[in-house]
Amino acid sequence: MIAHAALLVLAIILPAAGVVLALAAGGRGAERVAMAVIAGGAAIALAIAGTLWTTGAPLSYVIGGWAPPLGIALRADGLSAFLLLTSALVIGAIGLFARATYVQPAGTPERRAPLVFWIMLMGVWTGLNAVWLAGDLFSLYVALELLTFSAVPLVSLEGKPETLAAALRYMLFALIGSILYLLGCALLYGGYGTLDIVLLSRLARPEPVVFVALALMTAGLAAKTALFPLHLWLPPAHAGAPAAASALLSALVVKGSFILTVRLWFDALPGIAGGGAAQFMAALGSAAIIVGSVLALRQARLKLMIAYSTVAQIGYLFFLFPLAGAAGDWERLAWTGGIMQLVAHAVAKAAMFMAAGLIGEALGHDRIAGFAGLGRSLPVVMFAFGLAGMSLMGLPPSGGFVAKAMLLTASIGEGQWWWAVVIMIGGLLAAGYMFRVLTPALAGGAAPVILAARISSARQAIVLGLAICALLLGLMPLRPSALLEVGRTMQAAEVK
Amino acid sequence: MTPATLYGLCSAVLVGAGLYGALVNPQPLRKILALNLLGSGTFLLFGVIARRGAAAGLGGDPVPQAMVITGIVVAFSATALAVALLLRVYQETGRTTLEQPAPKDVV
Repeated sequence: MIAHAALLVLAIILPAAGVVLALAAGGRGAERVAMAVIAGGAAIALAIAGTLWTTGAPLSYVIGGWAPPLGIALRADGLSAFLLLTSALVIGAIGLFARATYVQPAGTPERRAPLVFWIMLMGVWTGLNAVWLAGDLFSLYVALELLTFSAVPLVSLEGKPETLAAALRYMLFALIGSILYLLGCALLYGGYGTLDIVLLSRLARPEPVVFVALALMTAGLAAKTALFPLHLWLPPAHAGAPAAASALLSALVVKGSFILTVRLWFDALPGIAGGGAAQFMAALGSAAIIVGSVLALRQARLKLMIAYSTVAQIGYLFFLFPLAGAAGDWERLAWTGGIMQLVAHAVAKAAMFMAAGLIGEALGHDRIAGFAGLGRSLPVVMFAFGLAGMSLMGLPPSGGFVAKAMLLTASIGEGQWWWAVVIMIGGLLAAGYMFRVLTPALAGGAAPVILAARISSARQAIVLGLAICALLLGLMPLRPSALLEVGRTMQAAEVK
Repeated sequence: MTPATLYGLCSAVLVGAGLYGALVNPQPLRKILALNLLGSGTFLLFGVIARRGAAAGLGGDPVPQAMVITGIVVAFSATALAVALLLRVYQETGRTTLEQPAPKDVV
């Protein structure tokens, strides 16, 4: 078991070592280092998930043999396994897609963007894996900061004034968020003398210091997750970044702080926040769905539309808080549904941003008004875009359908039908903004659009492959996933 | 009033002033400074907790002190990154505000 547990350390060390190696290797070597790290990281994620699947028990590794509360533990439960696999898949696709953009041809002067891109890609991966695996709240803080510091430069990779301003705005929101989170850590440590998630879950009682800490930390993390009404930084940052970076930011980076919120509410302080607080979180999520979708409908630029759609899709995740809090059958269904929404959105949104990047390259612009007849010029890309859109709308068979169907069923089963209404309205609005793009592209225009640039078929295939993955997630059975519940059933029972 | 309570109150004042400044000031540089104030308040709180939780014969609980060191390093790098971004914004646009966001393309 020790050998398997060491995989948890490797999952964090490997991309971190990649960052250092890429820095040493310079612009020409960075891409090769990143490709090796992607292959290794995918193997590690598969090995961890495979171990959890066969043994049915969570893995943990105590660093340096120092047991908590003095030492630090890394833990992998079913949720970690899902997230490790999702990030390996999405980062792998983004890495392959970005090879065409961030090359450093021999005999030309080195450019800065490729080196920075590959280093930050691996930096983001280090931060993500650390968030998925860290077992105490302070390590999670460090992981979250690593994630932010790697994500901000990706926004301003092209160095244009408006993207620099978007990056700075993102940075300021993220800084407020992380300091509020750290303040909550200080209060919890002052109250209980430990920040280890398992120890804290046994010690914490509903009392003022915990309420204040939880409120501060949740507010800070909501700012980082771009939960309505703290979403203002997201659209310019995600729409302004280059396609590969947008895909990474929208698909994975915002999910890091969300998962931290989940760990806080469900694992570290289970049952502390009352039903009212959980309803409030889901109400903000509902507002995000409605406002984000309506704003997405009104955008003239494709990338801004997709970015506002991220604001909306993040809203669904917050239905977890009122629906998955207890240990009943509906709650288990809601738990799987909420996490599936995260996975399905990550895969579909990455495919969609990369498709938008190819459309932008081919046309030289991304104004939706100029898309008539695009389906004839870029059939594969538009097909991939449509497949990813199916997942966002929640049409069967797609990952988004499975996730939303589970959340919908659970909300009706638990007698909280009002969230079901929001889920259905959200689906209709998503169909609205998707068809605004798809209808002119597939049906409009008498002649094919003249393309400004040729797009290699390999890159089209990568986008299509990821979109098909988003579709295949729809083959998942509509019931609580056994893997996702590894390491959870016991804690859920304690709550009840 | 024990010293721990006094320092605890000081940290509350710093956190309050920092949060107010970060939310109210429109200037990014002032926001960055206010966030540093907020951070200082948090670090002081860690110090208070370390002192309060001291075991017999020790000056303080070493775990919060270790966290503060990490926190200071993180806050320092965050400030450096934010200031570097602000400098680039100034070089590119000649402005140090965020008043003019990306042009809104709304139908």
